[in-house]
Amino acid sequence: METFVPSLLNGVIYGLLLFMLSSGLTLIFSMMGVLNFAHASFYMLGAYFAYTITQSTNFWFALILAPILAGLVGAGVEKWGLRKVHANGHVAELLFTFGLAYLIDEIVKIIWGRNAVNYRIPEALDFTIFRLYGSDYPAYRIFMLFVAISMLVALWFLLKKTRAGLIIQAALTHPHMVGHLGHNVPRIFMTVFGAGCALAGLAGVIGGNYLVTEPSMAVLMGPIVFVVVVVGGMGSLEGAFIASILLGLLQTLAISVDTTFGEIFGFLGLSGTSEVGSISIASLAPMIPFLMLVLILMIRPRGLMGDREF
Amino acid sequence: MTDITQKYANLAPTTAQKFRQRVLPFLALAVVLAIIPMSGPSGTAYTLLNVMGINIVFALSYNMLLGRGGLLSFGHAVYFGLGGFAAVHAMDAIGSAESGFWANYPIFFLPVIGFAGGALAGAVIGWPSCKRAGTPFAMISLGIAELIAAAGLMFGSIFGGEEGVTGDRMVGHEVFGLSLGPTSEVYWFIAFWTFVGVAGMFAFTRTPLGKLSEATRDNPERVEFIGYNPTRVRYLVFIFAGAFAGLSGGMAAVNYEIFTPEALSLVPSGLVLLMAYIGGIRYFTGPILGAILLTYMQSMLSDFTEAWLLYLGLLFICIVMFAPGGLAGVLYGFTDALRAGKLGEVIGRWAGQAIGSALALFGMIILVEVAVHWSNGFGETFEPYGLHLTFGNPLTWVLIVVPVVAGIVILRRLANTEEGVIA
Amino acid sequence: MSENALSLKGLTKSFGPAKIIQGVDLDIKAGERHAIIGPNGAGKSTLFNLISGLYTPTSGSVKLRGEEIGGMAPFKINRKGLSRSFQVSNIFANMTVRENVRCGVLYSMGYGYSFLRNIGNLKEVSEKTAEILESVDLIDKANLPAVLLPYADQRTLEIAITIAGGADVILLDEPTAGMSHSETDRAVDLITKATEGKTLVIVEHDMGVVFNLADRISVLVYGEIIATGKPEEVRGDPKVREAYLGDEADGLDEGDAA
Repeated sequence: METFVPSLLNGVIYGLLLFMLSSGLTLIFSMMGVLNFAHASFYMLGAYFAYTITQSTNFWFALILAPILAGLVGAGVEKWGLRKVHANGHVAELLFTFGLAYLIDEIVKIIWGRNAVNYRIPEALDFTIFRLYGSDYPAYRIFMLFVAISMLVALWFLLKKTRAGLIIQAALTHPHMVGHLGHNVPRIFMTVFGAGCALAGLAGVIGGNYLVTEPSMAVLMGPIVFVVVVVGGMGSLEGAFIASILLGLLQTLAISVDTTFGEIFGFLGLSGTSEVGSISIASLAPMIPFLMLVLILMIRPRGLMGDREF
Repeated sequence: MTDITQKYANLAPTTAQKFRQRVLPFLALAVVLAIIPMSGPSGTAYTLLNVMGINIVFALSYNMLLGRGGLLSFGHAVYFGLGGFAAVHAMDAIGSAESGFWANYPIFFLPVIGFAGGALAGAVIGWPSCKRAGTPFAMISLGIAELIAAAGLMFGSIFGGEEGVTGDRMVGHEVFGLSLGPTSEVYWFIAFWTFVGVAGMFAFTRTPLGKLSEATRDNPERVEFIGYNPTRVRYLVFIFAGAFAGLSGGMAAVNYEIFTPEALSLVPSGLVLLMAYIGGIRYFTGPILGAILLTYMQSMLSDFTEAWLLYLGLLFICIVMFAPGGLAGVLYGFTDALRAGKLGEVIGRWAGQAIGSALALFGMIILVEVAVHWSNGFGETFEPYGLHLTFGNPLTWVLIVVPVVAGIVILRRLANTEEGVIA
Repeated sequence: MSENALSLKGLTKSFGPAKIIQGVDLDIKAGERHAIIGPNGAGKSTLFNLISGLYTPTSGSVKLRGEEIGGMAPFKINRKGLSRSFQVSNIFANMTVRENVRCGVLYSMGYGYSFLRNIGNLKEVSEKTAEILESVDLIDKANLPAVLLPYADQRTLEIAITIAGGADVILLDEPTAGMSHSETDRAVDLITKATEGKTLVIVEHDMGVVFNLADRISVLVYGEIIATGKPEEVRGDPKVREAYLGDEADGLDEGDAA
């Protein structure tokens, strides 16, 4: 219990962070068919922008401003880059975003250096909010929970209750039809791409100080975000949500399990000191997302909630 | 001779054409490989050449998937790495064997072990991967690459942990009188296998399976209605791509005498994608050009500037956006125009494009270099030709903004007139 | 030769609630030229897709020379000697005309997935390819990339790929769609010549083509066959005339003149 409940809470928070990152990618992927390789780079940009903004002002400015900046960069990339490549097909688009991820990585290294920057949790939130089974629980995590849920509610409201949301929903399931309704498709794409990048940027602002803000953060997070989108299913934000929480929980819970294969399969004669036997569940945690990715693509290519194969 | 066979004789390329297109390039390759040592390259030059040979075979094997099969893989280094590890372990077996198979197996033929290892890995991993093409294939390749890379660090007895597995190439039987000690002798080993790899992969494009691979890339649906199972075609091609990647891994095992789990990771997988694409995936020679250029950039440019990866990323994005045919596409466009005698018509535009690109590139380089020196924070500045360029110096901004703007204006005007001609 | 080349029994296909093919029974004799006509949306292409393996039947059976093939993978059906063309040209656009046809020839010549033979040295493959190119009159354009062919030639190439594997049951889906009069006449000649002695099932809108080519005609309306018979029988059938209103009924008479 002492480890289980905090892990559960941490898992949900990590899952919500993943959802914040992947909701934008799901929108982009479903509408435009682009699996944006550079999506996590905007998460990284969000964190670095926030760091720079907090240098001269404070965290609350950064919380508003950094996602907007990341969104603007994203919209620019769509308008002047991706749109030109669109005619050459999805592979060209995927490759473009692949190159972009490379480029953003290098630019970040040049501007902010190769080492982690000192992007810290704001002092106002740096305290213990309650004690859980004898260990302190930091307030900042509850703040992350709060931001993530606010975003969730806002996104839900936007999609279900506004006109723009209706168009986006239509475009999610029938991307080719929206143009026939007289909407300016390139502009919708640019807006959605920008908004998706802004959401990733927001995840960077609140995740960058919770985790570490360093040039490799995009590379570490990028593939996991892909997994969420694929596992959740094309065109389904609900699927992305379920997949995010599932992944968050699985990974955090797995990390807290020190049991080794030797202990589990000891009855089969597997020794705890042998190479396979000494592997612990915790050390497998980073592999879980990719195992899920491969299995889902093989067994259920539509993903958990997707309405079509991609 | 019937009427049809007569007509057919006019269809197929003549013997002279065949010789020019299929035999002559390989004779030329063999001659080039053979005369390079006569120019007396330095030790570093040999090292560079050896890496180039490895990368040429690796990039071509990648293009069997991407260019010829239409399969975008983000995990091709898995087969390079597994082939390489198989070869390093074989090298150790040769070193420690007193008698039997390994005692008689010459190091020179280790790439064969790599080939087999890569093929085996391709046969196992390809089975789940090749059921789907397109984005699902790309995603599965990414997932599997991550899994294998993680497993690489987990199973120390196979992959040697972070230090990797080392070997000694100067053991076992010598063949062709090569001790494989100095890099100049390793060169002959690399040259031999580069030739075998290039020729083998070219021959593959001429087989029924090679042709069907292209057909499946272009139109998988139609392939089903001429008796072929597209999944099976992809799977077989995948095995061959893995095998040739393993061959290059075997070459690398002998060249470096060490393999680390790093070799399985996403970094080399990404690099080989860049090599093939920048070189031009629609041409057989494309990946060769890309491998040569990128290997050169990696070793030379990285000495001059820390930002070489940034330049590489920029180059890649420019190719994706403006020259999807890659370097080979640009080159062939040039020679085609030359042959068609239309050079006069297009040379003006090309010259303009070259000048525009060069100007934009010049400005970008200044920007990047000044930024890199500024970012290092050692108080260093970028000082080409005695100029003292910092961000505080107005001259810096003049040198950045003027060429970039001028270059873009030229390129845009050319693009507009081109569209005007078409309209 | 009383054996049925193709035999459909109680064949149905539904997409969700929509029943596109609702119980088709049809026997086509070996060596027969059979046309399937019907108004747009009657399910003609769906029927072809069911026979050739692109779709799995919801119920009923498809038999090729007495052997059940319903729901089999397309490449397996193709290997059993049934080949089809497509309504929209479905060719290997980046390859030359010769390579297109050669791809169609390869499997039937026993070179399946071979990776040990140089394709240029396979003499019988080259000869067969040349023979087919000759028979469809594309031999002069053999070395052009398929994508550069004019539309009518692309349609012809589509047929050439279809017959290349030597299948003896050929399904052609609107082979003359979009062609001019003279191109259509040429195409009909070519189809007649190329399918000599084979079983031909053809979906066609051009009544002139249908009455010229077909031994028997089936009329498909709303997923059901409302009439099957010799051209003159079908033309006189009141149910058929009812299904074809206005212009298209005139088309039936136009076929009369042809």
